[in-house]
Amino acid sequence: MSRVLPAEADLRRVIGDGEAIPDGEVDGLAADDLLQLYRNLVLLRTYDERSVVYHRQGRIGTYAIFWGHEALQAGSVFALEGRDWIFPAYRESAIGLLRGIPVSTVLSWWRGHPSGWWNPTEYNVASICVPIATQIPHAVGFAWGSALKGEDRVALTLFGDGATSEGAFHEGATFAGVTKAPVILFCNNNQWAISTPLSAQTAAPTLADKAIGYGIPGVRVDGTDVLAVYEATRDAVLRARAGDGPTFIEAVTYRAAPHATADDPSMYVDADRVQEARENECVGRYARYLTRLGVLSDSLAEKIKTEALEVMRAGIAQAESEPPADPSLVFEHAYVDPPPSQHADEAELRRILGG
Amino acid sequence: MADLLLVEAVNDALHVEMERDPSILVMGEDVGKLGGVFRATAGLQDRFGADRCVDTPLAEAGILGTAVGLCMAGWRPVVEMQYDAFSYPSLDQLINHVGRYRWRTRGTMTFPLTIRMPYGGGVRAPELHDDSPETYYVHTPGVKVAIPSTPSDAKGLLAAAIRDPDPVVVLEPKLHYRTAKEEVPAGEHVVSLGVSRVAREGSDLTIVAYGAMTHVALGAAEALADEASCEVLDLRSLKPLDEDGLLASVAKTGRVVVVQEAPRVCGFAAEVAAVLAEKAIFDLHGPVIRVTGYDVPYPYWQIEDAYMPSVERVVDAARRVLSA
Repeated sequence: MSRVLPAEADLRRVIGDGEAIPDGEVDGLAADDLLQLYRNLVLLRTYDERSVVYHRQGRIGTYAIFWGHEALQAGSVFALEGRDWIFPAYRESAIGLLRGIPVSTVLSWWRGHPSGWWNPTEYNVASICVPIATQIPHAVGFAWGSALKGEDRVALTLFGDGATSEGAFHEGATFAGVTKAPVILFCNNNQWAISTPLSAQTAAPTLADKAIGYGIPGVRVDGTDVLAVYEATRDAVLRARAGDGPTFIEAVTYRAAPHATADDPSMYVDADRVQEARENECVGRYARYLTRLGVLSDSLAEKIKTEALEVMRAGIAQAESEPPADPSLVFEHAYVDPPPSQHADEAELRRILGG
Repeated sequence: MADLLLVEAVNDALHVEMERDPSILVMGEDVGKLGGVFRATAGLQDRFGADRCVDTPLAEAGILGTAVGLCMAGWRPVVEMQYDAFSYPSLDQLINHVGRYRWRTRGTMTFPLTIRMPYGGGVRAPELHDDSPETYYVHTPGVKVAIPSTPSDAKGLLAAAIRDPDPVVVLEPKLHYRTAKEEVPAGEHVVSLGVSRVAREGSDLTIVAYGAMTHVALGAAEALADEASCEVLDLRSLKPLDEDGLLASVAKTGRVVVVQEAPRVCGFAAEVAAVLAEKAIFDLHGPVIRVTGYDVPYPYWQIEDAYMPSVERVVDAARRVLSA
């Protein structure tokens, strides 16, 4: 029986600053792994930056920006096996790229085209969850149900700091604790829920402290340090696979971008704090670490960026070349076995559209 | 065949279906050791183990939310909500996910979960142990709803719900858990969703009802026996709705009273009346009249009988339609 310790007050860090704070390292990661992690970070960053541009060009709809949160996504997913499942919130809309979901698919989701809705079982990535925190019980139920079947599958679910105020977080964490589900509750604490700061969200000293109430270990990690995130998640995966149950990880970041393309953070945000976060953003921070390590050169970094831009160019072209969706898809898949009234509705729509 | 109470028929269905399909998992508050506060799940944990008959935390949204995840892991959860109104916290999961997730995956995943709960009043219970919440469920796309009135149908509709590939909510009339008793087929017994039942044949007027109100409708038909020949149509399933059965009865009688225990506005009786207005207007010899609960919170139990549609109110409505 493992004991739940008080949440870690200090942030776990691996990457130093090249000066006073020394670099650490993570056991078991070869140079190839380190570079793959970098490619993943750059892909996510490029996806996010291009999506904002595509939105301004009118090529995708309203888009939830995740700039600066790439490390916590790439680092946590890197600790999983392919058989493990990911349950993302909308802030992690593109996390499936790390599992092979095409860029065009995710862009199509933001274009409101049916081709954007993927088959979760193909990638072991659940659908994008729009209502806050409600994917948490899904991940818990999935992990619990997999363990009951004797399957070795871990579930990772991601959510924001605001989500920890929701009942779904509380109930999901409660179930995770009592069922000892092999699940990782991964919180991106970026300090903001649209315009509401963390101080208005909770009186808890840290979000990881909340875990203690569910009998779950709480861990705090620097969410802009991809290696620290990887290491913390890997520890949680090991606990889950060993049958020791869930772990709550609080990845501390700062939202240095608008909540979404429709948001104007200048009305509420601290500009100095944003500037600081932008200067310490996770992709550049990791690039400097890899450079100090001698693993990444300027030319290789340039090549990786160029490849990511090409993937995006091809992805938006593919998304835009999707044929217009058939309006009768309105009726598709609401039921396996629809009520007879639906057939009449569909026939009516076809008649009106055909006439 | 055995004589079973309605709650015993529910229990029988759960035993038979869990025996048949090892992916069925029953979960809810107090369903395990206690066998549920109404004993609907009695014996399941002893027979199938604590992994397949799970006492959950007291958290309805968590129960339904984890049930969604259990479906994704290959289980067929049968969720008990302890009482009708206790299910409201789970509407978040029901509306946002249960009714939508299959659509969201473009049909690549299915969510064959069943939600069953005792519903309705007349049992002299504290507040929020008396509600008729079917409208919330019927109104939710992607979700089906069945409401039995007899022990046989309680068993057969629950079996159909469990076997259905879509999410199904089954509301069980708690007032009749231990009053209705009849011969129930042993072993596997399935009553297809979307097929109504003529509970009493008649030719002058159709009283449409479901669940506990079927018994009130039958009482009214009997009370009117000297005045008119009343047919009682027990819908059994609200979605899918047996429109053919409804229209056939109304084509025969031309007069309709619809009875529902839930508050009136936008209740299921309004849906029945709308279907008749759209598809049977030329068969009707008079207005379609609803007899429903009132648009108020379900009352203090000492005066709850004044709220519940009664034989007297149904008879009064029937006479108004018959004289129109």
